[in-house]
Amino acid sequence: MPTLSYYRILKDKVAGGIMLFLTIASILLVIAMAFGLYFKSAPIFESNSLWDLIFSSQWKPGQGKFGFLPFIVGTLWITILAVIFALPIALLTAVFLTEHSKSYIKKWVFPALDILAGLPSVVYGVWGVLLIVPWISEKLAPHFVEFSTGYTTLAGGIVLGVMILPLLVSLFIEIFSVVPKELRDASLSLGANKWETTKYIVLRKSRSGIFAAIVLAVSRALGETIAVLMVCGNLPQIPHSLFDACYPLPALIANNYGEMLSIPLYEAALMLAALLLFVVVLLFYAGSRIVLHQIEHK
Amino acid sequence: MRFIEEKIFKVLMLLATLVVFALVGNIIYTIVSRGLPALNWDMITKLPSGGFYIGGEGGVLNAIVGSLYIVGASTLLGLAISIPVVFYLNVYLSKTSKLAYISRLSFDILFGIPSIVYGAFAFSIMIYFGLRTSLGGGVLVITLLIIPIFIRSIDEVARQLPKELLDASYSLGSTKLETITLVVRQIAPGIATATLLSVGRAIGDAAGVMFTAGFSDSIPTSLTQPAATLPLSVFFQLSSPSADVQDRAYASALLLTIIVLILSVLGRFLSSRFSKNRIK
Repeated sequence: MPTLSYYRILKDKVAGGIMLFLTIASILLVIAMAFGLYFKSAPIFESNSLWDLIFSSQWKPGQGKFGFLPFIVGTLWITILAVIFALPIALLTAVFLTEHSKSYIKKWVFPALDILAGLPSVVYGVWGVLLIVPWISEKLAPHFVEFSTGYTTLAGGIVLGVMILPLLVSLFIEIFSVVPKELRDASLSLGANKWETTKYIVLRKSRSGIFAAIVLAVSRALGETIAVLMVCGNLPQIPHSLFDACYPLPALIANNYGEMLSIPLYEAALMLAALLLFVVVLLFYAGSRIVLHQIEHK
Repeated sequence: MRFIEEKIFKVLMLLATLVVFALVGNIIYTIVSRGLPALNWDMITKLPSGGFYIGGEGGVLNAIVGSLYIVGASTLLGLAISIPVVFYLNVYLSKTSKLAYISRLSFDILFGIPSIVYGAFAFSIMIYFGLRTSLGGGVLVITLLIIPIFIRSIDEVARQLPKELLDASYSLGSTKLETITLVVRQIAPGIATATLLSVGRAIGDAAGVMFTAGFSDSIPTSLTQPAATLPLSVFFQLSSPSADVQDRAYASALLLTIIVLILSVLGRFLSSRFSKNRIK
């Protein structure tokens, strides 16, 4: 006759099996997504080569022409702009918070960053439409071009930059705090002032970490959909200046999912867009996570 | 020269920090100043009437309830899946286990995948099974979206569990499974903050539910009906040409912002409150 402890051990084993299953199922989800998106986008490769798809700028779904170049260029533009805007502010803020500031300043800055990080992207979009777009159209653009609606690549870059700012700051703070205090003390005792210590010791020591953090922020920026969609203008063209409208990949997917079933190959094309995003984000994310992991456990 | 350089950079740092504050203040001020005048009880308590999107009567109750349904259900589902996984990673597997490393990495990757990709993936699965956009689909995709957030942030706390504590529990004769009551009490603050974090992300997500939950002007009564969500409601109202409707979009955005701010304050409060059982 089974004893009481037999049931307890059995229960333990069964629960362990279920948990193992859940864990493995989550890992398999990554693989399932890759295959699912690939099989859904496969039909488009029968009539177009990957090279044509990526480097052609002909976007005429009705005629079966799917050139992703304008969307890829648009995505790259706003992502690069976002990093250009956010990086200096994030670096300076993070240095200030780790090297210079008293704890009462941190008490105020951290909740502010929390709020920035927590705001839904549609709220950023509304903010962009209310403030950034009119500002560009009325104040900034007239200095450079004759007319701009304000729904531009630049607007997308600014809004996206604000969105990745809190992520960058918190990653930088984590990286800087790993630099040993002894190194700073050694530099200070040799007569370097605080900024020199920051420049030659802290920043140099955390170079690879800073790079990984940027890659991480870029992969977050690449997939941002709704805020960018609201301010970018969404014209399928290659933007020639910051005051042209652009049309990033996520916006393309979001805008056309409704009609994609009525045009042949359209679904496959949009799934290919999703697959592209998936692959790029996967590589970027995995790479930067591995680097960051090594830094933290050195 | 050296000291001038230091001074300049100190000023720049201060400015950068002030920019962060200015941005937070500016975003909240913009949303409040444009949203507050249009906010009234009708917005919160009424369903959209026939011509709502061209200026007709009504409110966004459909979106509020839809968001609550989706967020509530997916948070419960997400917790039911995440807690066992975290427990397995930290109690059943050793610290150096390969499986633990791989699964942590894949949760990191899942965390990074944009919600639009989740949405597209889930949508293609739904088409494959012949399902239409529905509340159930929305719950499914949001659950997938927040599981990595749950696991990452609970795991962060669970990893700091002292090994001695587990050993003490085993030495009293409990099995690994029975140790869960102890572990859950220890990681309670992690669970609380993780829940608020993912509720915040779940309620603000638009790209994922756009594909899967669809949109509707009524409150869904079953899992197979489409459901509206607040972010999408903001988005659709904003794309209306009528200024009245756009004002209502700002009001809805304000509602969303208020909800998220409350969650963030609550998160700080809870994480200090739940820490009382922690053994450091």
